[in-house]
Amino acid sequence: MGRYIVRRLLWTPVLLLVVGFITFLLGQYGPGDPVQVLLGQYQDPEVVARIRAQRGLDEPVLVQYGIYLKNAARGDFGESFRYRGQSVVGLIRNRALVSGQLALTALVLSLVLGIPIGLLAALRQGRWQDAGIISVTLFFYSLPVFITAPFLLLVFVLWLRILPSQGWEGLFDSHIILPALVLGIPGVSFFARMSRNSIVEVLSQDYVRTAKAKGLPPSMVYAKHVLRNALIPVFTIAGLGLATLVTGAIVTETYFGIPGIGRLTIDAFRSRDYPVITALTLMIAVAYVLANLVVDIGYRLLDPRIRYD
Amino acid sequence: MTELRSLVNNQHSARSRSLWTNAFHRLVRNKKGMVCLITLVVIYTAGIFAPLVAPYGYDQQDLNIARQAPSWEHPFGTDRVGRDMFSRILFGIRTTVIVTVAAMATGGLLLGIVLGLISGYFGRLAEGVIMRVGEVFLAFPDILLVILIAATLKPRVTDWVFHVEQSTGIGGIVRSGFVDYLVVFGALAIVSWVGMARVVRGQVLILKQSQYVLAARALGASHLRIILRHIFPNLLPPVIVMVSVGMGSIAGSEVMLSWLGLGVQPPVPSLGAMIFDNGNIGVLRSDPHLLLFPVATVAIVIFSFNLLGDALNDALNPRGR
Repeated sequence: MGRYIVRRLLWTPVLLLVVGFITFLLGQYGPGDPVQVLLGQYQDPEVVARIRAQRGLDEPVLVQYGIYLKNAARGDFGESFRYRGQSVVGLIRNRALVSGQLALTALVLSLVLGIPIGLLAALRQGRWQDAGIISVTLFFYSLPVFITAPFLLLVFVLWLRILPSQGWEGLFDSHIILPALVLGIPGVSFFARMSRNSIVEVLSQDYVRTAKAKGLPPSMVYAKHVLRNALIPVFTIAGLGLATLVTGAIVTETYFGIPGIGRLTIDAFRSRDYPVITALTLMIAVAYVLANLVVDIGYRLLDPRIRYD
Repeated sequence: MTELRSLVNNQHSARSRSLWTNAFHRLVRNKKGMVCLITLVVIYTAGIFAPLVAPYGYDQQDLNIARQAPSWEHPFGTDRVGRDMFSRILFGIRTTVIVTVAAMATGGLLLGIVLGLISGYFGRLAEGVIMRVGEVFLAFPDILLVILIAATLKPRVTDWVFHVEQSTGIGGIVRSGFVDYLVVFGALAIVSWVGMARVVRGQVLILKQSQYVLAARALGASHLRIILRHIFPNLLPPVIVMVSVGMGSIAGSEVMLSWLGLGVQPPVPSLGAMIFDNGNIGVLRSDPHLLLFPVATVAIVIFSFNLLGDALNDALNPRGR
């Protein structure tokens, strides 16, 4: 156990360095020379050469990567190609706040809806309610965000006319409902399925039978013995939902016109804003790797039955 | 009565039936699985033969019949410039079919199985290197890496093909959309080997411990023979399930790439671009059918692959139920 954690903790920084290098390399390999972008029409070879040397662009790739990392550690990811004079970090900071609010709302939504649905299925295990919930959640889980988004728009905006369609007005505004719903639907299905399986497993445990046999009221049995044990692994695995959330955010924010990280990502790709692309990919990958690390270690700490290799 | 008979039959022919015959019978009896399989075969066949099946060309415009609702002449209606939606969707499916099959065959099957076999069977350095490289690929969430590869490498590949065109005198490669296909499929293939390699490796590690592999080794069989005769056939059940599920997710990624405008470029039709073009509120208000048909197609394809994966799993691993 200890060895597993130590090995993972030692490997993670190496992994992050390699991941960063690949991202950096792809960003460098993409078209567009930062110096030319900087100078625009004005192209004096001498000036170009001087700036190249100044910025370390004439060094080998590995050295450039080293410089990039050194700057990144100080929070300097360079300047955007597209928005002249704006630092990449500044661009990301504002939008991260928006995305964070949206993602958090979606996450809360998927927990609040997903777990009761999973509980319902588990309580009706083997009956039609269970089968129905399993198929419906599988359907929604496999439905891409770019399909649910226009569908919900059609229903709530055009038919029912109860929600606004576009824009961002902060956390406490009806504009957030539709995108949060779109972003949360895969999560609802994910948590419903996870908690159903986990609850079903716990329900067959001896200690649940004991609790029932000694005459505890069912509500106590479920609250104290079943849910508490069944939901720990579900919460631990929640970290894996980060990937779905990131991809979902790219589409959702683009579709609903929300100024967040996802929108910035896709705008950067479309306008070939490589400094922004590199920084964003790097940040997302780092967050993802760390989330996976926490999930893996947390899961093993909580469930010692899992093998450690 | 029929149950009894089938029971007797089963006992009778237990020896002559192979795993595959058994699995096949179980699959045929699974209604959900069969419906999905047939649906997918129909959709994929229609996509492959789109140029023959489609009643109109994908870029055949007629502004006189723009934005028509579904009719006998145009079963899925016509879009804003009067192109037949049914034909366009067939050609869009063709794009998805080409990309999913090519990416699965090279990335999932070839790379995934070979690398999984090597790392599981030979272990040591090869296993360490392959699995660590796999972890690097897994460090990027979902299709972010695909987007990154597609966006950064495409201009380079286009330049290169352009160069080839000029030096060889063969024209029209870039214009035909070949480069788009190449980049999208390449990016998906590079990413999709990891999952398969991990499953194969895990399976090989178990199979390597089995008595019959030990026996074969004791009899002096070569590595190649052990892998081909004893390990490979037993790998197929989980691999087949992985292929079904993986095809679904590759199809989803392909559609998402073209939805984002990073996949196959117009005028070559793709389902993702169709969903993007017709997904805005203006089109939804006036002609929701323009969105409905491409969306339904994508949803059916992805959902069928997932359900078929479940059915295949039940048929091929009956003990796992």
